[in-house]
Amino acid sequence: MNMLHETPVGLPRRAVTLQIDGDDVKVPEGSTILDACKSHGTDLPTLCYGDTLDPVNACRVCVVEVEGSRALVPSCSRPVESGMVVHTDNERARHSRKMVLELLGSSVDLSAAPRVYGWMQQYEADPSRFGDVNTMKTVRQPAKVDNDLYVRDYSRCILCYKCVDACGEQWQNSFAIAVAGRGFDARISTEFDVELPDSACVYCGNCIEVCPTGALMFKTEHDMRAANTWDEDAQQQTTTICPYCGVGCNLTLHTQDNTIVKVTSPHDHAITSGNLCIKGRFGFQHVQTFARD
Amino acid sequence: MVGLATVFGAGGGTSSYREIEDTDVIVLWGSNARFAHPIFFHHVLTGIRNGAKLFVVDPRRTASARWADRWLGLHVGSDIALAHAIGREIIAADLYNHAFVEGSTTHFDEYRAAVEPWTLEHAELVTGVPADAIRELAHAFAKADRAQMCWTLGITEHHNGVDNVLSLINLNLLCGHVGRYGAGINPLRGQNNVQGGGDMGAIPNKLSGFQDILDDDARHRFEGAWNCVIPPHHGKHLTQMFEAMERKELRALYVIGENPAQSEADSAHAIHILEGLEHMVVQDIFLTKTAELADVVLPATAAWCETEGTVTNSERRVQRVRKAINPPEGARDDTAIITQLAHRMGHPEWDYPDSETIWNELRSLSPMHTGMSYSRLEELGGLQWPCPSNDTLEPSFLHGRLWADDPTDRGQLAPFSPVAWAGPVDQLSNDFPIRLTTGRRLDSYNTGVQSGAIASPLRQGETLDLNPDDAVRLGIEQDEVVLISSRRGSIQAPVRFDSHLRPGLAFMTMHFPDEIDVNVLTIEANDPKSGTAEFKASAIRVDKLHAQANSNVDEHMPIAGE
Repeated sequence: MNMLHETPVGLPRRAVTLQIDGDDVKVPEGSTILDACKSHGTDLPTLCYGDTLDPVNACRVCVVEVEGSRALVPSCSRPVESGMVVHTDNERARHSRKMVLELLGSSVDLSAAPRVYGWMQQYEADPSRFGDVNTMKTVRQPAKVDNDLYVRDYSRCILCYKCVDACGEQWQNSFAIAVAGRGFDARISTEFDVELPDSACVYCGNCIEVCPTGALMFKTEHDMRAANTWDEDAQQQTTTICPYCGVGCNLTLHTQDNTIVKVTSPHDHAITSGNLCIKGRFGFQHVQTFARD
Repeated sequence: MVGLATVFGAGGGTSSYREIEDTDVIVLWGSNARFAHPIFFHHVLTGIRNGAKLFVVDPRRTASARWADRWLGLHVGSDIALAHAIGREIIAADLYNHAFVEGSTTHFDEYRAAVEPWTLEHAELVTGVPADAIRELAHAFAKADRAQMCWTLGITEHHNGVDNVLSLINLNLLCGHVGRYGAGINPLRGQNNVQGGGDMGAIPNKLSGFQDILDDDARHRFEGAWNCVIPPHHGKHLTQMFEAMERKELRALYVIGENPAQSEADSAHAIHILEGLEHMVVQDIFLTKTAELADVVLPATAAWCETEGTVTNSERRVQRVRKAINPPEGARDDTAIITQLAHRMGHPEWDYPDSETIWNELRSLSPMHTGMSYSRLEELGGLQWPCPSNDTLEPSFLHGRLWADDPTDRGQLAPFSPVAWAGPVDQLSNDFPIRLTTGRRLDSYNTGVQSGAIASPLRQGETLDLNPDDAVRLGIEQDEVVLISSRRGSIQAPVRFDSHLRPGLAFMTMHFPDEIDVNVLTIEANDPKSGTAEFKASAIRVDKLHAQANSNVDEHMPIAGE
């Protein structure tokens, strides 16, 4: 889906040519290496990258080798330059990616992170080299279930900060969460670590929308996973329009067994850019079949 | 919608959300978009981060006002006085757009005469807004290269709501803030398809695509397509229907997806009128309070997730709704119900296999929708009207014609509206000294039929929000249940202190009518042009339930607003 902005703002961009894995690729000036890889058809793993957010360079899983650059570079944030020679899949890049996945996988429960299992196989990552993930202190913390709409399970958190950016100045501007602590003690927290209902949270769920690992999750999904009934293969996604105010936000309804189990919004639609409010995100219960009377 | 249609011939906002991000001054007038239109407010926030100044004009210091460079806390119902003072200041400081006013508008002299009495000082007395703040808004708005005027129900839910709208449009005309990218006039629609209802002709004086029902050519085209005769006269809007019901001229009512027993002002009176009908049919997804009064209830599907179709949003964007779940047993699609009714009424030719067929019929009759095929709506994420062509797109803003170099290309010029200010109908007095206004909270919606099912941690139920000083003066404590009375009736509700309300101003919602029916208090003072009631201005008194309380109770509260 492409929204047309009928009136252009800003100057047209020059094209830049670079080389990716031996092929010449031409992209608009200001693109990132990741953008160029996408247009070239090269699929790179990403976790902390968000298509609606500024890059944070936190996870390092998307690193590539750029000739002439001492260190590997994060493809999600590095802008392309003319003549750049990029290797996305050489031994050095693959080895780094494998290490990153092993380190993350040995300290975080990545079982609800889409695609991570496939990357682990692709890069022959073996997180168990560093011990049994289930015994790690970071993973043994219980999920925070302090309201009926969504759950925070920090055993799944890779500290990518996307939720903080979405809640803060990049989208929602509610500032209900931030990074607390430093170093090994760093974690995402509400102010003074209060429960969500006592925080500035407005339950827009825009943090859930950007969370790459399922650390932030609809309570419906959390409960269904616990009951072993969550089945993404049996789910359909249908995009429709929110039934509340007149803004016209696009809602993607995730349904399983004729029941809405989760709501997202298309990131490439210019009305929402993936963001909703509490009514759009959680206001579907009134049509669930059991509730109609 | 009536105000915009009067001035520009088209009842729709003139800009797009994206333009809010690229403007210099944003005025939110009678709109708490942060709560009522949260994702629109994201575009406002982007505009602010891009350097726009935000002015919020609202009796309450709302969540939106907290983002403003300046909050103008006017008395409820003094909007025209404030708008006229802004207009007068812009003219007096010679900051108006001479070329636009002379070349693209009419009735400027009448407007200038109408605003002449509204000096800053006079307006300060009437509105309660300091003269400096009025001047600041006037100068910022007039000097901006691009400015946006946005409003919601705080402007329209008054006995003179259309005049309120016209007084704001005047300001945009004065400064040429219309018909250009980033400069425009935007009513934020309260319901997901209130714009679409108008687009489709669900208003008493228009056919689909805002074509006038008195226009013979337009009517004949519809008659040809529908093989029938369309009566060449205006129908009744909701208020006129209620008046006709009261006079027993209108004796049968078919209500689709509306809950007037709870949403109308002075609800006890509304229910009495509905009970007097000979026959009422209600088609809804719930057994609403209105449905409980009906002779026949037709269970419908939820349009937004159980059917296929389209809706139109506040920026005139037509978008597809799609079926995601199966409806409950027995519930039927609105169009299936209506065509079945037509069959029983002797029109078996009404036969539409799917929503796209209906849509394509509309496209053949409404030029502004002609280019909006289902496949294009899918591909482009919706399309804004007007969209007469299947190949090209129109600009994201309306009325660029007003800037045409050749005067003959400007079409119908935009008239100024020299409207007069009149305060709220329900006047404050010693017996009813507190001004009650109504609005929405973030997690709730209208009468709560849909939003009531959200397990919202934010929900606190209905409260009477009062300025803490007022509450102390009345000897009322936080959470205390009090008796709230207007000239129409009384209800009880717990009090919540809210220091963002000015003294003399109280606030309630309409979200919990089953528990606390705030519309018992509101006045059915309707705008004669739009039919909208003055939900925003009731005069109330607040009494302790147990009169022995304390001696302060007898002390009269200050009269706000007048």
